[in-house]
Parts: sequence; structure tokens; C-alpha cells
Amino acid sequence: MRALVAALVVLSAAPALAQGPQYRARAGTFALTDCRIETVTRGTIPSGTVVIADGRIAAVGDAAPPAGARVVPCDGGTVYPGMIDAGTLFGLQEIGSQAETRDFDELGPITPQMRALTAINPSTIHAPITRLSGVTTALSVPQGGTLPGTAALVDLHGYTPDQLAAGFEGVVVVFPRSGRRGRFDRRPQEAIDKAYKEAVEALDAVWEDALLYAQIDSARTASGSGEMPYQPEMAALLPVLRGERALLVEVNAADDIRAALEWLDGRDVPAVLMGVAEGWRIADEIAASGLPAIVGPVTGLPTRPSDRYDRAYQNPALLAQAGVPVALRTVDRMQNYRNLPFHAGFAVAYGADLGFDRQAALAAVTIAPARIFGVDDRMGSIEVGKDATLFVADGDPFEPATEVTAVFIDGLQMPLVSRQTELYEEYLDRTPGLVPTAETDR
Amino acid sequence: MRLALLSLLAVAAASAQTPLDLPPASARGDVLLRGGTVHTVTAGTLPNTDVLVRDGRIAAVGPGLDAPRGVRVVDVSGRHVTPGIIDAHSHIALSSVNESTNPIVAEVQMRDAVNPADVGIYRALAGGVTTIHVMHGSANPVGGENETLKLRWGTLDPDGLLFEGAPRTIKFALGENPTRVHGRGRGIRPSTRMGIEQVYREAFTEARAYAAAQDAARRDRQPLPPIDRRLQTLADILSGEVLVHCHSYRADEILMLMRVFEDFGIERLTFQHANEAFKVAPELTAFGAGASVFADWGSYKFEVYYSTAYNATILTRNGVRTSVNSDDAGLLRYLYHEAAKMQRYGDLSDDEALALVTLNPAWQLGIDDRVGSIEVGKDADLAVFSASPLSIYTRVDLTLVDGVVRFDRQRDGDDQRLYVDPEAEVAEVLLDHDGERCMAGVDLHALVLGE
Repeated sequence: MRALVAALVVLSAAPALAQGPQYRARAGTFALTDCRIETVTRGTIPSGTVVIADGRIAAVGDAAPPAGARVVPCDGGTVYPGMIDAGTLFGLQEIGSQAETRDFDELGPITPQMRALTAINPSTIHAPITRLSGVTTALSVPQGGTLPGTAALVDLHGYTPDQLAAGFEGVVVVFPRSGRRGRFDRRPQEAIDKAYKEAVEALDAVWEDALLYAQIDSARTASGSGEMPYQPEMAALLPVLRGERALLVEVNAADDIRAALEWLDGRDVPAVLMGVAEGWRIADEIAASGLPAIVGPVTGLPTRPSDRYDRAYQNPALLAQAGVPVALRTVDRMQNYRNLPFHAGFAVAYGADLGFDRQAALAAVTIAPARIFGVDDRMGSIEVGKDATLFVADGDPFEPATEVTAVFIDGLQMPLVSRQTELYEEYLDRTPGLVPTAETDR
Repeated sequence: MRLALLSLLAVAAASAQTPLDLPPASARGDVLLRGGTVHTVTAGTLPNTDVLVRDGRIAAVGPGLDAPRGVRVVDVSGRHVTPGIIDAHSHIALSSVNESTNPIVAEVQMRDAVNPADVGIYRALAGGVTTIHVMHGSANPVGGENETLKLRWGTLDPDGLLFEGAPRTIKFALGENPTRVHGRGRGIRPSTRMGIEQVYREAFTEARAYAAAQDAARRDRQPLPPIDRRLQTLADILSGEVLVHCHSYRADEILMLMRVFEDFGIERLTFQHANEAFKVAPELTAFGAGASVFADWGSYKFEVYYSTAYNATILTRNGVRTSVNSDDAGLLRYLYHEAAKMQRYGDLSDDEALALVTLNPAWQLGIDDRVGSIEVGKDADLAVFSASPLSIYTRVDLTLVDGVVRFDRQRDGDDQRLYVDPEAEVAEVLLDHDGERCMAGVDLHALVLGE
């Protein structure tokens, strides 16, 4: 009976689909009306309009829809800035087990010149799947080795690297790990120690080379004595040494974080910590460094069998409490970047009593990563002049039951379909349904 | 009143527990949960309702129940009570997972590998989980027998965790894993989905002959032919004594196994993972098979590339008894949240969503007469949440197994390990948790090199 009722509900929803789904991004001037607006940086407007024109937010609050604007009624739903997943394999991996679809790990330990932007597949099915959750932007991060490449912040819509690019690239360093990698790691302790020592020495050596390269480059530029010889690894590190590009430092165990902070101290480069699974253990030391941290996965397991079950859930709150600027990431191995709002929700469920409330979590997936990446002039909040990268939800976007009703990226209205919704439409009430075996055998 | 005050006092004085404070596995509790929002799953959601537990069973459900003498009263007003969460697919609390040396290993049993000291049990309790189905891996078309466990954290006796009276179940596996391990890894059948079908047909034909010979010898009072544990277990599947839980992904292979089972008269079948089950939902309903699926996993291998997070909803709407499982020590801790996702991916009702992680997995494991809903007479396996179990902001405050509190957030402290390996590193840091646990213990490096 319940199934029948449900079927009726589905049928009654059909007229909305009668006009047919939208498959392409839609350009134009839009007026989002009857909206609650969580601006993130300037409080919440209980009822107002957001006008989108020329890809930007043109008005927020008491604005009349401009002539010719397409009106998108929020119906009391809330406008939020698009959420930013600050650590993913977006576009660099399509199917986990298929090496042919994995493009995030080039051979060799020192490959900073490998650019994520080059290999991000704009047609990945994960773009529309992720957008439907309100996640509009992701940091796509090469992995493996010590300097695996240059990460890129991308919008989850576009057909070329230029269209995807969202204004930030950073060089990744996977800081050497001192401990065992997991239960499967059966190396004797001496081998682990030796490998760690070698990795640190290799990193130091590369850095020394890069400093020298930078000096020579400066001298040559000053004297006008021609181009530098072709050394792509060094050339990729140059903007980091000159403070023009961030160093993204993947580091997780407490001892390793400490070592990384020590390593960074005095190496005057703009750095961002990533992962920081055991950051809560030494939160004050991290705070003292002044460095921001991209934390996650929030829904991960504790790193030690002796740890409390909820340490990963609390990690963002404990770091923020100590004064560390915190952004969140999923780094989801199933590519469920769409679960970013749920990571944020878990951080609140287990962190609100430590001061990490819903507003703090919303900031940690919007304006905080925008600031870390230096793109807060164009994204991370609902403000006039910023890119119109935002979404509308019929409730709290962290709650599972909430539905996202509109998504805009750079002022383009996104289709609300993905392969997953298409399969739903096709198979909820399949045609033909059950055909008796006897008929198929005939 | 006095008792209520005493219980308040007890809560105020609560200090961090050590696991060895916990009652023995044989303990059965008495408690009155006062004034919660009770999600019965079978009879709707009851506001401001008491749940009385006597001797480990649910004795009464209703408003304003009297606390019998000596029964502790726990005020759960403003909080939510649900049946204990049940995971139909786990690999925690096991010292090994895969016996991958043969396409058929029906003779091995996970019961021999149960590790009651795995801290994963405590972490699962902290997510409201009370029962898990610990499964053999997916390396073989026919794996070993699984075990249904109650999370009676605190015992070091593996048998203390056994769910008494739960039916025997066995692991089957289709698709990429068995063809990779045996076909490509070892050069024997099956190397294709065609081969897998024939492995089953051959095995069941042999088991049928074995059972017939045993029966004939008994009937004719002749000496019994030698007992073969492998064939005997397969014969027990044919007789309906062992329920099959089959790792599967693609729609074609799901249909294949149902046809094989129809030909051999096997009726109780649950497909595990079953990412494409939604494509053959009408056929699953006609067969009466269950599906135990991920909420939103996909794209980790080719056979799950055509997945949809609407799988559980499509199956539910088509009448398939569906559960949402974990297959993962991390995800296991928030199955209630995985169920809640089905209100985003298809608008399931609260009861329908909660049934995915309570009553439906209980049915798939053949224990729905004992657990999976809040009903008088059922085991008092319960979880108390700080808010609606389907809200992202909820937390589990208490988890009871057989009426005994096995997790209490207020008493949670550092280091809840039951047993510390004297040879383990002092500060063992685990950053890379295993991937697909179904393939745990299979040497994939050797297989890759062999390609």
C-alpha cells in the first residue's frame, strides 16, 4: 500500500518534468526571488533577492528583478555561496581500480611541474554528481612521491582548463612520513627509519637546488644574460620560493606535523597544511605557526587504536578552538565529494560544544578556503561583485533530507541532472517491468 | 522518585569507564528509558514514550510506565530511541577475511577468526550498532560461512559475541573479484562471468549427489560415505539451512544467480553491494531476494561505474527488502546517516529509512523475530540519540545490547582498548585504512605483477 502511495506521489511530481530536463548550462541575467540569503560574511538576510548578471552577483537583498531577467523563485529556500571541497582527486581519477583512469601520480618522487589542470577530465561524471549537493568548487590534488605536482582550484563546470580554473594553483609536498604506513606495512623499523631519513634528505636537497636555481635566475635576469637551462622541477618551485605561489603541505601524524612546522620555519614560503589528521594533538603548536589547515576527511577513523572514537569528527573544532584557520576537505576515495556538507555537519555535531557551530562549519567550506587560496575577492560569500557561484537549498544544506533546487557556477545555471538522477528516472518504474521467464524463453 | 534521584546521582558521578568495568557477555539488563521519542520502525514514531527492559528483553513500550523495584530509570526526554543498528556486511572483529586458495571454500568459518578485542567494536557501538554480520571476503564464488555477532564489548571470549540462534549464512561472490583472483591470478576457472555460473552449477550438482548418497546410506542403514565439510555445507544451502549472501554488482550476474537458485530450489538469497540491483528490481521482488547496498558508493572499480545513490530507494519502491551496509570500519560508525541519505536520494519516510539499517538487515540475516524494531518481546538492543537519528547533528549517547549499556558517551574516555598487543608500537599511527575490505588478505600485488 505504501508503495502505491509512493508511486502516486511520484506521478503527481511528473508535471514538473513535462517541460523536459535541462541538459546544458544556461547563461543570462537571473533574479533569484523570495530567498533567504546566508551571505556568510555579512549575516543572514531573512527575505530578499539575488540578481546575477554577467557572471557576477549584481545585487543582494532589496533588489527588483532587472528587465529581461529570468526569475528563479527560491520559494523561501536559502541562497548559499557554492561550497569548496579543499582536497580531492576531482577529474584526476574516474574509476579507482582502473590505472588507465588515474592521472594523479606521475612516476618519480620529485615532479612539481606536473599540473593537475592539464589532466583534469572536464567530462568526468563526478562533476554533475558533485554539483547537485551544492559543492561547486574543488581543489584537485596530485598525490604520490614527495613533490607530486601542482594542485589546482577548479569550478565543477567547464570545457577547457581555462574555464575550469578558479584562480589558484599550489605546489604539493607530501611531507615525509616517519612511521609505519598501516597494518600492511611489514618493513622492519630500521628500514622505516632509513626511508624517512632519505626522504627528508632528498627534500632538503631539492630545496637547496631550488634556492640556488632561484639565485642564478635572479642574477641572470638582473644581468640580462639569457634564459635559464631547462629544469622544469626547479622552474615549478621558483614561484614558491619567491612567495608567489603556496606550498601545500600534506602531513598527518603529530610527529610529522611538528617536523614539517620546523622545516617550514625560516623557509619563508607561503604554506598551507593539508590533512592534519593528528592536528588536535598539537593544536597550539600549529596555531603558533600561524599556518592555515585544510582538514579532512572529517568522517575518518581515529589514527590510533588508543584514541577516542570521535577524534576525527572533533579535529576541525579542536584546531579552530586553538586559533588555526580551518577549511574542510573530503579526499573521498569513492569520489563522494558531494558528501562535503555531511563532513561539515559531523564537525558541528561533535564540535559545537567546543565552539565550532554551524556558522563556523559553513565558513570552513566557503569563505575560509577562499581566503586560504587567496580567491576570497571572487568567491566564498554572497556579496555584490563576486562570481555568481552559489546554490539554493530548501533547507540546511548539511541535513541529508535537504534538497538543492538551483546551482549557479560563474553565473551559469547548472542542469540539475547527473547520471545518477537519470538512472533513477529510468529505473524507478522500469519499462518493461517484470516479464515472465516463459515469454523470454519463447 | 528516590530511584530517579539515585540514577541522576549515578550519572553525575559517572567517570570515564575502562572496558574491563563492563558486565560479562552473559549479562542481561533491566532499565527504564523514560520519555524519549521512540522510533519503533514497525509501529511509527511515538513521542514522549517509555521503554521498559527486563532481563535483556523489551517488556513494555508506552507512556508513563512504572519502574519496577530495582530497575534503573534513565531520563531520555528530548532524545530519540531507536532499535540498535544492524550491519549486514562487516569485516571488523576478524583476524582474517579471505581464504582465497580455491574457488569454493564452503568449509571455512568466520567463527574461527572472531577477534572480540578489536576496538572497532567499541567504535561501532559509539554509532549505535548492536549487531554485525561478519563476512568472509569476496575472492571466491563460494566463500566461507559468515557469523552474526552481538557487540557485547567487554569480553575476551569470542563465543561471547555470537548471536545465539541466528541462522547460518555463507558468502558468495560474483564478478571482478573471483575472476581476478582465480582466472587471472591463478589460471583456473572462473575467469569470466560465464565461468562463475558453471562453478555454481557444478558445485550444486555434486552437492546434491553427495546429499543423496548420505540420505540413501542413512535410509538403508549402511555405513555413511566420508563426510566432506565443503560438500556438506553446500548441501545445507540446498536444504535451506544456510542463507546465502552474495557479493555482486552487475544486473546480469544478479539475474544469473537467481536462475541458478531457481533450478536448484534455493530460496533464501540476499545480494550484497548489488550496485546495479536497481536495474532488476522487479525480478528481485519476484524471487523474494533481498539487497544489501551502499548508500552512495561507486566508481571504485569498473563494475560499479553505473551506480546511483538512488539504488536503495528504487529497490524499496519496487518492493525489495533492502538494507544499507558498511563493509567498512569507518562507515560502520554512522550507518544511521547512510540511511538518512535516502531522504535526499528519493524521499524515503523516516520509518523506511531507519528500516534500511534495522529491520531489513535483521530480516536478511533471519533474526527479525529477535531484533530490528522496538516491540515487546524483542531483545533490548537499543540506541539513544541526542536528536533525530536522521539529522546530521545527532550523536549517539547510549547503546544497549541485551539491555546492558555497552556504550555511554558520558563515560567515554581515552583508550578504550580491551587488549593491548605487547609487540605493537607504542604510538601506532594508522593513516591508510584498508580499501575494499572484501579483498582483505588477498595478495593483490602478486596478481598485478602476474597480469
